[in-house]
Amino acid sequence: MPKNNSADSYCLGIESTADDFGAAVVSFDGKVLSNANDTYMPKEGGIHPREAARHHAEAAEKVLAEAFQKAAIRPQDINLVAFSQGPGLGPCLRTGATAARALASYLDVPLVGVNHCVGHIEIGKLATGATDPVTLYASGGNTIVSAFEAGRYRIFGETLDIAIGNCLDVFARAVGLQQRRGAPFGAVVEELAQEGKQFVSLPYTVKGMDLSFSGLLTAAVQAFQSGQHSLEDVCFSLQEVAFSMLTEVTERALAHTEKPEVLLTGGVAANRRLQSMLAVIAEEHDARFCVVPLRLAADNGAMIAWAGILAYRSGVSTPIEKSYVNVKWRLEDVYAPWVEG
Amino acid sequence: MLIKKGAEASLYLEEWHNRKVIMKRRLPKRYRIPELDMTIRSQRTAHEPNIIHKAKEAGVPTPTIFMVDVADANIVMEFVEGKQIKEVLDTVSSEERLRLSRLIGMMIGRLHRHGIIHGDLTTSNMILTPHDKVVFVDFGLSERSEELEPKGVDLHLMKRALHSTHHKHAKECFKAVMKGYAEAVGQEETKKVTAKIREIAKRGRYVAER
Repeated sequence: MPKNNSADSYCLGIESTADDFGAAVVSFDGKVLSNANDTYMPKEGGIHPREAARHHAEAAEKVLAEAFQKAAIRPQDINLVAFSQGPGLGPCLRTGATAARALASYLDVPLVGVNHCVGHIEIGKLATGATDPVTLYASGGNTIVSAFEAGRYRIFGETLDIAIGNCLDVFARAVGLQQRRGAPFGAVVEELAQEGKQFVSLPYTVKGMDLSFSGLLTAAVQAFQSGQHSLEDVCFSLQEVAFSMLTEVTERALAHTEKPEVLLTGGVAANRRLQSMLAVIAEEHDARFCVVPLRLAADNGAMIAWAGILAYRSGVSTPIEKSYVNVKWRLEDVYAPWVEG
Repeated sequence: MLIKKGAEASLYLEEWHNRKVIMKRRLPKRYRIPELDMTIRSQRTAHEPNIIHKAKEAGVPTPTIFMVDVADANIVMEFVEGKQIKEVLDTVSSEERLRLSRLIGMMIGRLHRHGIIHGDLTTSNMILTPHDKVVFVDFGLSERSEELEPKGVDLHLMKRALHSTHHKHAKECFKAVMKGYAEAVGQEETKKVTAKIREIAKRGRYVAER
């Protein structure tokens, strides 16, 4: 049986929510020993769930082997298997879940299904030492402002339509940009935005604490296609408007909850302009600004392993017959007894 | 004297021509570029008093506006004596809690019937006066619309605010809110809005593809 906080107990975490297949070994005292990953790169367009799932199935063996090898841990030394149970793309989630179930029963160790959003928050807290933050989780599939209240991560605001990362991706594709390995669309837009000078007026949509990016996306694409503005200026304006919206909503949650920290996590956390905006509001509200390190920002196995360890240590595990994936699992539906508060 | 530093504006309690007033200042936000910052601040400053007036016409108590300065993004308005609903909702008797929730719902219904979307329905934006009126304040994010969609979003936000701030009583309170809402807009409209709220809650979930 795994021991609490022990450096000799290990969890294997498997992440397969969307376009990333990740596997990682994390020790029960919170050391990330390995964090292997392989990303599905569509030739054109966005993520095709079935194609991505096929990629995951093919990459699983290699990624898992790398996770064990880099950690210098044998599979039989693993004490717990955690997997991303949702929310996400059904076919992708099921591929990771199948691998997790097979490994857990073969190794005869407990299995824990982890909420993907909880994973992003917990790895951010582990990496930055944040204890009770207002979290902005911004990625390709999710845009959520949350804070812990009475047993759960409550959602204080979220997107009403598309996620911020999705907005940037679709914009980039629509204006003909190419992503590269190591430079996803968000990074390409960020590079161009740094060259932008003229601000182009675009719709700013904040509804209470919630956000909407679909109108902004359409307007940004049209602004470029009109031929009246340079791509750099449109990228700059799109970033300014979208990130100001995110910052306003995060600041409102911060003012409301009076939490001591602001945590930025998820793939879009890599954006330096967004980081700088959030740093400003954190300072103004006497909160510490924490940002997840780049290597843990995008979807990864380590965050699943760590959230799995936290859940398991507080008595949560997932019997195989209840390990079906939940594509619409909401953050606030997760009871989180491991969090103090 | 600064009494509330919000995300959107700061409220100051001031003496103004021998009157206790609230000065609502939309201070520049350092995180925004100046062009965007100025546009947002002056648009909201010009818009808010207008919609506050429309709310009064709809039969919803709102503060009296004394002065509007768009260039400086500054509004002087009545200081409403009373307590925030946020402070009282969890402490009063369950009967009173339901009565207040129902009253709030009725006020929201009146706003919606007149095409006013509040945009930031939280229990800190409602003041219970000693005369037992619920005064709606902070129309900074409000908009005009007759459509079902923004009404649904408005109530979805109210529900969310109840769940995040008053989770113990959120369910019963929201039920009472919708009861009061129905009294203002009728059963048929309430059914449509309720269905919309459900749809919006679903939509806010994981969206990987457009």
